[in-house]
Amino acid sequence: MNEMKDRVTITVKRGAQNEEPHFEVYRVPYREGMSVLDAIMWIRTNIDSSLAVRYSCINANACKECMVMVDGKTQYACTTRLLNRDTTIEPLSNKVLIKDLVTDIVPPKENLHFIVKNIPSNV
Amino acid sequence: MVHLETDIFIIGAGGSGMYAAIAAARNGAKVIIADKSMIGRGGATIMAQMTTAAALGDEEPDHWTMHLEDTLLAGRGLCNEELSSVLCKEAIDRIREMDDWKVGWARKNGKITGVGAPGHRKPRCVYVDFLNTGPAVAKCLRTQIVRNAEVTRISGLLITDVVVEDGVVVGAVGFNLADQTPVTIAAKAVIIAAGGLTRLYSRNSASANMNGDGYAMALRAGAELIDMEFPQFFPIGHLAPRLVGMDPIMWDPFRYKLGGRLRNAKGEEFVHEYGGQDEGKYLTTRDIISYAITKEEEAGRATSNGGVYLSFEHLLEEELRSAFGPVIDRLAANGIDLTKRPIEVAPIAHYHMGGIKVNSRMETSVLGLYAAGEAVGGANGANRLSGNALVEAFVFGERAGRFSAIYATGKQRGWSNKSGIRHLDSLNNLISCKHSDDPEHAELGQIWAELQNLMWQNVGVLRTGLKLKKTLLRLRSIRENLEEVTPAKGQAFNLTLQDWFDLRSGLLTAEAVTLSALNRTESRGAHQREDFTETKQSFERNQSISLDRNGSLNSRFVTSKNFSELKNAR
Repeated sequence: MNEMKDRVTITVKRGAQNEEPHFEVYRVPYREGMSVLDAIMWIRTNIDSSLAVRYSCINANACKECMVMVDGKTQYACTTRLLNRDTTIEPLSNKVLIKDLVTDIVPPKENLHFIVKNIPSNV
Repeated sequence: MVHLETDIFIIGAGGSGMYAAIAAARNGAKVIIADKSMIGRGGATIMAQMTTAAALGDEEPDHWTMHLEDTLLAGRGLCNEELSSVLCKEAIDRIREMDDWKVGWARKNGKITGVGAPGHRKPRCVYVDFLNTGPAVAKCLRTQIVRNAEVTRISGLLITDVVVEDGVVVGAVGFNLADQTPVTIAAKAVIIAAGGLTRLYSRNSASANMNGDGYAMALRAGAELIDMEFPQFFPIGHLAPRLVGMDPIMWDPFRYKLGGRLRNAKGEEFVHEYGGQDEGKYLTTRDIISYAITKEEEAGRATSNGGVYLSFEHLLEEELRSAFGPVIDRLAANGIDLTKRPIEVAPIAHYHMGGIKVNSRMETSVLGLYAAGEAVGGANGANRLSGNALVEAFVFGERAGRFSAIYATGKQRGWSNKSGIRHLDSLNNLISCKHSDDPEHAELGQIWAELQNLMWQNVGVLRTGLKLKKTLLRLRSIRENLEEVTPAKGQAFNLTLQDWFDLRSGLLTAEAVTLSALNRTESRGAHQREDFTETKQSFERNQSISLDRNGSLNSRFVTSKNFSELKNAR
């Protein structure tokens, strides 16, 4: 676990729905075999906690919440290995953006505002 | 601001929450179920790649009382035997019910297959192939609630507090993660189905959202916790090489199907040195293996990554393939050929035996507050058997749903327009507070990292009084200063607001674990003290934790009901 010599450049597309998107560049310690999500979690812990990302199971490819674009391809961040080279991470392009890497993948019927509109009184 | 009304409000939508929703609805209640992650995707259930135990007797003759005896033996004298009995008895009903719902239990010759696991005298652990039990269960239960018009599901809703007035639950307060809209929910009863605390440890096996919310919420609502000194460490969590797309506890099913050999860095088998029995079979319970591996590491016999080797090199490729089919390909994609090399494993935080104190109707000491699943403490005592966690979610979930619905029948909601104001005010203050000038704002991430390291180093597999005391002081100081830490700016999916609330709960729960561990001056099951290595008869008691008005945690030891008393009671 001590192979932290190298750093790798990660570019993340950031911004909320009604903001002009911008790209931020991070230098992340590279470890053989690490996932794209490992890098995102490292950024949140060590550089910027406000980077928005959706994930739950971290490693198991069970929750299917962490889908993003890695170098232009749709991938699960938890199962995509980070390569030791410059990498760009963006939100899914075919979903409505919420913020940074988070898009609206919640089934409409489970969305708070949909429920309020469509089920005016729950009882 | 949004206000919702319901009969039963369920916090957490893993296995126990979803089962509770099904049971409450079929007992006549309207239900809202919410999760800070997505319905059926967060929590522990979906991560459970392995098995779940029930004395079906399909594989060979078995009886729930035998399952109970095994559970009590593993619990090292601390099980709440009433809860353990309910668990083992109704596990059968729940497994059969889910079979009717076509969950897909693995079968041979038409009969549900049961396999063995350490501590179970019968092959009673059922599963869905391959390593798919949790996802299959989560999908099955989700399908049941999606079809149910009485159940409303809300994803991405973080509940900060249960609202209690005059000792009775009236609802809950939280906010919508996507846009910080404050939400109040008026309910006749609330079920906490948000158990688990593994995220408090730097080495852990569960999902990101299991940071002790359920326990802290219960404490703040006035309920008691029990057995908090007993998080379970899964002995053979995957350590190296880095593996993606697989649950770190995946080697357990490999062990019960194929055995495998544990060796230290010198190549020696060692489990027998610690009173276990291994020799290529899978017989020793989790507490002993965790202890043995940690001791080997202390003695300088660990691998460079700090674990031990698990080897399947003596097996043939065909044997591996027939047991684990597609999983072997996923390992190959990770560069691992088990016939050629061992992998490295080490203990990781995996499950929590402790939790909210309830009776067999899943009622807490607060009227209208229920708990379900891993949030419940007591059924597994000081050590849980493999396979008892998922059935705990199903059985306790079903009970919490059923009994809360019966309780709610004919009751009025107690919510008034003043309800929850205190909680809403502090939420709004936090949202509108003067934000940190630091534009990058790593403070919350750093506190989380410190908390996880403290817990792993000092409140992990091996504990000493001195380290526990120091940790307790540090945790208190971080908790007291949390008010001064602010989330970052911005309304849209602001994870730092979640981080703040997660930390608030995580710190309180971590303190409950540390205080309980400090007070138990003996070693038992998953709680191992280096300064008190003996198991003492005088400690065959449970420790109960509550939160006082000043925000301090108090502990007392209570004598657990033993089985003979229960028999007399019948």
